[in-house]
Amino acid sequence: MPARRRAPAGLTVLAAAVGVAVVAPLGHLALRATERGWDEVEATVWRARTLELVGRSLGLAAAVTAASLVIGVAGAWLVVRSDLPGRRVWQVVFGLPLALPSYVAAWAWIGWRPGLAGFWGAFVVMTSVSYPYVYLPVLAALRRADPALEEVARSLGRGPVRVFLAVTLRQVRVAATGGALLAGLYALSDFGAVSIMRHQTLTQTIYRSYRASFDRTPAAILGCVLVLIALVVVAGEARWRRAERQDRVGAGTDRPLTPVRLGRATVPALLGSAAMAGLALGVPAWNLVRWLHRGTSVAGHGELASAAGTTLGLAALAAVVTVALALPVGVLSARHPGRLPRAVTSAAYAGHALPGITVALAMVFFSIRVVPGLYQRTPVLIAAYVVLFLSLAVGSVHASVASVPPGLDEVARSLGRSRWGAWRAVTFRLASPGIGAGAALVCLTVMKELPATLLLRPLGVDTLATRLWGLTGASSYAAAAPYAAAIVILAAVPTALLTLPGRSR
Amino acid sequence: MPTRRWRAASAVLTLLVLLAPACGGDDGSASGSGPVPSSVGDGTDRELEGTTITVYSGRDEELVQPLIDRFEADTGITVEVRYGDSAEMAAQILEEGSETPADVFYSQEVGAVGALAKADLMGRLPAEVLERVDERFRPHEGTAWVGVTGRSRVIVYNPDLVDDPPESVLDLTDPQYEGQVAWVPGNASFQSFVTAFRVTRGEDAARQWLEDMQANGVDGDYESNVDVLDAVSNGDIALGLINHYYWARALPEVGGAENMGSRLIFPKGDDPGALVNATAVGVLAGAEDESAAQAFVEYLLSEAGQSYFAEEVFEYPLVEGVDDPEGVPPLEELEGPAIDLTDLDSLEETQSLLSEVGLIS
Repeated sequence: MPARRRAPAGLTVLAAAVGVAVVAPLGHLALRATERGWDEVEATVWRARTLELVGRSLGLAAAVTAASLVIGVAGAWLVVRSDLPGRRVWQVVFGLPLALPSYVAAWAWIGWRPGLAGFWGAFVVMTSVSYPYVYLPVLAALRRADPALEEVARSLGRGPVRVFLAVTLRQVRVAATGGALLAGLYALSDFGAVSIMRHQTLTQTIYRSYRASFDRTPAAILGCVLVLIALVVVAGEARWRRAERQDRVGAGTDRPLTPVRLGRATVPALLGSAAMAGLALGVPAWNLVRWLHRGTSVAGHGELASAAGTTLGLAALAAVVTVALALPVGVLSARHPGRLPRAVTSAAYAGHALPGITVALAMVFFSIRVVPGLYQRTPVLIAAYVVLFLSLAVGSVHASVASVPPGLDEVARSLGRSRWGAWRAVTFRLASPGIGAGAALVCLTVMKELPATLLLRPLGVDTLATRLWGLTGASSYAAAAPYAAAIVILAAVPTALLTLPGRSR
Repeated sequence: MPTRRWRAASAVLTLLVLLAPACGGDDGSASGSGPVPSSVGDGTDRELEGTTITVYSGRDEELVQPLIDRFEADTGITVEVRYGDSAEMAAQILEEGSETPADVFYSQEVGAVGALAKADLMGRLPAEVLERVDERFRPHEGTAWVGVTGRSRVIVYNPDLVDDPPESVLDLTDPQYEGQVAWVPGNASFQSFVTAFRVTRGEDAARQWLEDMQANGVDGDYESNVDVLDAVSNGDIALGLINHYYWARALPEVGGAENMGSRLIFPKGDDPGALVNATAVGVLAGAEDESAAQAFVEYLLSEAGQSYFAEEVFEYPLVEGVDDPEGVPPLEELEGPAIDLTDLDSLEETQSLLSEVGLIS
């Protein structure tokens, strides 16, 4: 490692500015929570009910995270490292559930198995839509991993299981925990699935508190509890990652490894893959088809097309802006790790753990006071998306920049390029697939977002999700089905892109 | 090296960003009907032509937008509408404070407007506007809001399956109805009914009734009022607790009451199961154009507005002289618990009770 140079001032200022933007909603939350004094805060936090809710939220998040880790890592290993028949198709299929909004998956399940309501229903639905957060980064890490290590292990007579445990797993650990963190925080912040499954968690209570008492204080206090949980989890993950640092000297050879023969395990592996696809994709798809056939009220094509256009435009814009803002933070944390990038990254993860309504109300509060002209205009809506989903992009940027040896930049500079020029010509180009992946992830997540969009969208503007919400509110499921299907189809495009190999040489 | 795929993807993305302002600016609420001439003598004139008001609506676009289109055509006032959930909108207006762009808030229930009135964000309505509706449907104190339409709780039953129809929700705990009744504990109207039960009969009586219903095998697995109505009409279950207008809306589809597989019971006296709740509207304290905002409120209470709700939405008009919806008894005949609708804001206690007895989690 060359001696660490000081971070460029411009980069630091940019990252700090992004940090301020992301921390603002947390500040608003603290303000709302303490509005009626500390006594109320203490009373709310120490209520037996609150502790029970924390337990339920943590229980669900932990279960979803554990199941996502197992499914995500197994799926990625099957399509990259084994001779599973049809693995080119499976690689896309395993990623696709990410395109499903949790509420669409939950409707499908509750319609099919009403008895699932409760913890198990929430667990099944959340796991089926969250495991791709683990699957995708592990997929990328396995493709990047140097096969030589595994070959050495095999040549020393280790069996496939021991090779997997001793070598492969070590190579994907960082990617897997990064993904697990996103899956866990998603389970903490999700409202759609838990409310349809009637499983009470902190987030569900926050929404219900707004709806039942029109009182923002308890909701804000519970929001602060969520933020604290998120920060503890993020800090734990970061500490663990630092202990697990891996440095690669060179890129190794990027050649295909001889796949592991599944042999007698082929049939069980295929059955398992099919079962997973059936649970995560089959049930919601079958339900959507059933809805499309139910009743006669059909959406107007014009409205569907215009909502689809709006959704695409907003999602693309949000993806570009979010990645642009994630760049300084991600680059700083990869190249010049320190307190500032760590703090901004943690705040971004905390934003991801917050319910959409909480972030949206904070944006309402700030924008109407600071930039009243922009309130309920596209920029403020995009800002809310940034707060909610910056963590998705920061992770990708950090990982892809970190995988580029810093020495390459130095070579380019010694050949007469400016710092910025060298960065653009070398690091950015090498990291661009990962950065693109971050953009795709933000893009598809924004397409599914509802609560913040509902509160902050410009007047008269409808996205697919807001139309879907309006129609289900009027109980016209048949008219809502085309919108649900359109969200899934649109979000499936960036999702499929994410599953394909990033580079071909 | 970046591959061609990513180049293509980023080109597409750039194109989309450039296109973003082009799409989505258009108003997605194209309603099928053109301007409808206003009914005679609803007192609207065109002196406010050219002004613009912003309405926050906690009621569904499908129900409200056609009437707003008529209001615009009749008065020349431009109405910008924001649709959302009543309670979340109330939270939004509380965050916006005095800066709120909203001039009018039209809510699905009284509680949300009541919360804004408590925070001094609602303006005042003229007494003559309030006096158009029965005092049941206006605030007992202040003039922050006025009821627009009435929605009655009812018992729906299938005459082929029920020999001895109940007269009150209290009868439903009788063994003869065991396993025969459906309800939707997560539904807001159901929760308002339980709130009325608690407020008028006390916590213990409400809890007792809920537990007795459970002991009697009540079915809570239906997703919505519509599902309960369909199940009762089809004979899947004998009785259900719903709002009256779901049944009334289904009438034209089947061609009249004689073809409906189900009938309604409007309980008598102060039975909480006879609660008549209201949708409510008010003008915000900071409304920029108060007269145009008032005009909108008055339009909802005009003959045109009230007939629209009666004929299209099948809710009860609250203003004298407008015909009640087809197929249901007139509003005068409806009784129900004598409460101030603002007192239904103790929803939180209701939800605690419902989760204690295990009806909602």
